Amino acid sequence: MSGFISRGGKRVTGRRLVIVLGTCVIAVAMIAVLAPLFGRGGSGRLELLGFDAFTPGSIDHDVLWVRIPRVLAALVTGAALAGAGCALQALLRNPLAEPFTLGISSGSSLAAVIAIRLGAESVLGHSAVAIAALAGATGTLFVVWQLGRVGRHLPPATLILAGVTISMFCSSASVLIQYTSDFDDISHMLVWMMGGFEAVPMSWVTYASGPIILGLGALVVYARELDALAAGPEVAASLGVAVGRTQVVVFAIASLLVGMAIAVVGPIGFIGLIVPHSLRAVLGPDHRLLLPASIICGAGALAICDTLARTILPLNHLPTGAVTAVIGAVFFLGILFGNKRRAAMWGA
Amino acid sequence: MTATAWLQLANASVELGGRAVLHEITGELASGDTVVIVGPNGAGKSTLVRALAGLIAPSAGTIRCMGHDPAKVDRRVIARELAYLPQQYELAFPYAVEEVVLMGRYARQRGFGLANEADLAAAHDAMAACDVVDLAARRFDELSGGEARRVILAQAICQGARCLLLDEPTAGLDPAHARAVFEMVRRRCDDGAAAVIVTHDLDLALRHGRTIWLVAGGRIAARGAPAEVLAGDATRAAFGLPIHVGALPSGQTFAVPA
Repeated sequence: MSGFISRGGKRVTGRRLVIVLGTCVIAVAMIAVLAPLFGRGGSGRLELLGFDAFTPGSIDHDVLWVRIPRVLAALVTGAALAGAGCALQALLRNPLAEPFTLGISSGSSLAAVIAIRLGAESVLGHSAVAIAALAGATGTLFVVWQLGRVGRHLPPATLILAGVTISMFCSSASVLIQYTSDFDDISHMLVWMMGGFEAVPMSWVTYASGPIILGLGALVVYARELDALAAGPEVAASLGVAVGRTQVVVFAIASLLVGMAIAVVGPIGFIGLIVPHSLRAVLGPDHRLLLPASIICGAGALAICDTLARTILPLNHLPTGAVTAVIGAVFFLGILFGNKRRAAMWGA
Repeated sequence: MTATAWLQLANASVELGGRAVLHEITGELASGDTVVIVGPNGAGKSTLVRALAGLIAPSAGTIRCMGHDPAKVDRRVIARELAYLPQQYELAFPYAVEEVVLMGRYARQRGFGLANEADLAAAHDAMAACDVVDLAARRFDELSGGEARRVILAQAICQGARCLLLDEPTAGLDPAHARAVFEMVRRRCDDGAAAVIVTHDLDLALRHGRTIWLVAGGRIAARGAPAEVLAGDATRAAFGLPIHVGALPSGQTFAVPA
């Protein structure tokens, strides 16, 4: 039976896991090494740092150590957003769902906007907004969970409805607060909401990495349950899945991962949608492979986006969130045309 | 109630969205039973099967699955002994047929659930039994309705459960495959398994059922030997037309609306 049923199938095996994930790890490791070396020099010219960068005391060395925290932040938050996005797409049974569908981003942003409006940074320091964003994400998680749950279960339809409702409420509240704020605060709010890595200190990356890695590991443990949930909660239960527990645990972990990522770098959109969606087309939908691959490739994808953000223009850095948004829009166009072709073929 | 029953309903009533769908139903299923459920649209047949599978809780009365209270036991324990084929099945993502069938092994796998030789053998046997081996590498969402139905049936068979609850397993199937499904299920039951099958094909119900439950208005309006139930007044009243039960010169029985 070792030849199994089909020769052309994409069934997940140990060998396939090692080959695919190993390739992803090697590719992302190369990105992680090259990204901080790549940038624009003082004249605005693109350049790759040489061996001088590894000599303490040199200018290149200092430049390298300015870039390393933001590259690490991009790797960690990219992994968190893509992993959470993949898990939420499975949980919501919707390949176009993303971390921000459930209002976590809006709730987090509202809390950050309130913190900026109240001048929390002048009292609690630079990390006040990040802490507020994480608290906002956690609070939103509980509200959406309470609104969306039916008994011990979280049906996808009610969960999305609750998420969209809270998202709209938080977005509106953020706008109202901005409207009543002075110019400096509004400017600060807008910069934060664009999402970026300019001011991410190494200590934040250090604090966030442990919980994010643990959370991502916990999500991967639920990969098989997420596959069964693709057929709906009732089928999953008939196959033996503890549906209610899986829904709540995956929702909570994915939301907290998003909250932590947002706390570190602000709301960066589309990574949680594009990465798992693209990989599903290449690797197939089995979450035992797709979820870890999304995590690894999400790290690399955001590191690339951030490198683009700081190198596209000669003298200015773009907000990384703006770069992911542009790429996301192009990606959506691709999905649209793909779906149109598929609809023409299959009538769906 | 008998102690050996695998599935038991005792005065079980079920409400869905505040509407009473099943009313004080009592019944049981044991090894060797092949119960075919027939009845008009909206009678509560699918709800009854879901209740038997322990997937919906009764508003009154009790339901026991394979000796367990389904509300209190790990679903994995039930899934090793009871497989359920739903009336509607929609996958959110484009899994290949072999992946869909192997999902049936979830309750018997540990850890990451990578298929071992026993899982592969079970999947192959189930696919062969449902005549879908040739579809193994195809995308599930690109199959015809009948092919998809056979694949889901293969997933249920792949669970390795001794009790099958099949809600319209032959919907969309051509006559040859529909008959093959009933014959396969009946063979399994003759070997000690048990099955509940919902169908609108009265002919297959007559030929392959050991017992028929006629469900109408959320109640079991009649139960007993297939020919007696189908030709009875309760069936005529439920469907609003008489069912003619007869035999061909070859001796083969048939049931058709008269």
